[in-house]
Amino acid sequence: MRKVAIAGTGHTDFASGAKKTEIELFCEAATEAMAEASTGPGDIQALYCGNVFGDFSEGQGMIQSYIANELGCWHIPATRFEGACASATLAIRDAFMWVASGFYDIVLVGGTEKATAMGTPLATRTFAMGSDSKYEFPAGLTFPGFFALLAHLYSDTYNVPMERLREQMSLVSVQSHFYGTKNPHAQFQHKEVTAEEVSKGFMVASPLRLLDCCPFSDGAAALVLASEDAAKKLTDKPVYISGVGQASSPRLSAQAPYLPRIRAREVSVRQAYDMAGIGPEAVDLCELHDCFSIASLIAAENLGFAENGKAGELWENGETRIGGRIPINVSGGLKAKGHPIGATGASQACEVARQLRGDLAEQGRQVEGARIGLVDTLGGDGVISNLVLQAGF
Amino acid sequence: MEYKLPFQDYHKALLKNKLLGLQCRQCQTVTCPPQMSCSHCAGFDLEIVELSGRGRIRSYTTIYVPAEGRGSEAPYIVVLVELKEGPWIMGNLYDLDPERASMDLVGRQVETGVRFFPGDKYSDGPAARPAFRFLAE
Repeated sequence: MRKVAIAGTGHTDFASGAKKTEIELFCEAATEAMAEASTGPGDIQALYCGNVFGDFSEGQGMIQSYIANELGCWHIPATRFEGACASATLAIRDAFMWVASGFYDIVLVGGTEKATAMGTPLATRTFAMGSDSKYEFPAGLTFPGFFALLAHLYSDTYNVPMERLREQMSLVSVQSHFYGTKNPHAQFQHKEVTAEEVSKGFMVASPLRLLDCCPFSDGAAALVLASEDAAKKLTDKPVYISGVGQASSPRLSAQAPYLPRIRAREVSVRQAYDMAGIGPEAVDLCELHDCFSIASLIAAENLGFAENGKAGELWENGETRIGGRIPINVSGGLKAKGHPIGATGASQACEVARQLRGDLAEQGRQVEGARIGLVDTLGGDGVISNLVLQAGF
Repeated sequence: MEYKLPFQDYHKALLKNKLLGLQCRQCQTVTCPPQMSCSHCAGFDLEIVELSGRGRIRSYTTIYVPAEGRGSEAPYIVVLVELKEGPWIMGNLYDLDPERASMDLVGRQVETGVRFFPGDKYSDGPAARPAFRFLAE
């Protein structure tokens, strides 16, 4: 297999009520990524696009084909990836393999979503399509409900009293909103929150309150991927994808032997670590899937940053901040940066690549000297994908 | 190979208050809700069995923000129940004011009843759903 580099990155503002279409948002991110990589549509050999709910939010399916041609990448193969919130990470992993195999030298990958166009009731309905429609949705399961069940199970399994877990979950949201104020693309770039505001917010699905939950969001992000040889001509600062992983889960109740661990995440990240030849201790920063505050704690444990039941202590002790042992979601994360689900994995990879290139000092959230970063994306209750990114300069 | 216990058969039995599962002839593990292979050993040699419907609550949540079309149900309690035969299933709990749900629920013994979800425009028809009630302890 050949080495594969991220040669360019693009990221739109994340927002509620975006005025542009999913196609327009993707095109803006894609042209930014191509410009960064000093390349253009004539060099792009294939397109990989995460998009989940275009059919519901805009009545638009099959957007990948329109995107390719709008960009001037006429008639190239274009493929849409649907893996709920992990769609773009699946797209990146596949794009990586096509370049690693030697089939293509330069490809475009990313994702786009306009979830807020659906409004909260329909968005809640469509997001619930990422859980089991026959055996779990009939009971009224929603996505906050999924992680709410895990929160109470987490408390019971690891003997973390709900009062303390409540405080730990609040700290997760407080930190995400703090860094979100430093990210000019963040949906909540003007909103810091206090632990009290998080723990007193209105209940969505007990014990999860409004500020435990990521928002519905619109936005897009994109990357240019290139083989090592091609990347040398496109950028002075290639960021290599040195490890990839992906795994699948059954419906929530069938994950019982492992819960509240997400076993598929442990499988996926092990693939990525092994491929990169590293372990969790080598990771300098991580963008993980904090769709809900409790999800951050569970993810940090599954990824190997803390023992089971102990991840809350990372946030309590400031270990997840810049300067701490493992900076997590210093972009604001899904919570404050926003979560346009088809774009989220590309946004995470874009963020980590920019950190590894040292681009974020002016924003006041640069992890100094970071060389290795981890991307973690969870889709529905089933799909997990992880990427290890390494500075290649 | 024929799908041993399709959703429609499971659903019709549950409407008659019979909870069906699949027992593996190789490892004896019980799988519920049904699926193609044994949840433990991936074997396909499965036998349909009627389950006790009894178990204990492992987790719960009260849902205040429901999906489109289900606003009249909220707030409502969703529970994960570990059945005596081993598998976990999801359902509702109607024996308690949803506002009063607390960690005291975890470990409570329950038995399965049934309620009906009529389906919505995205569903392929109705679905029976387990509705649990407390067992005297």
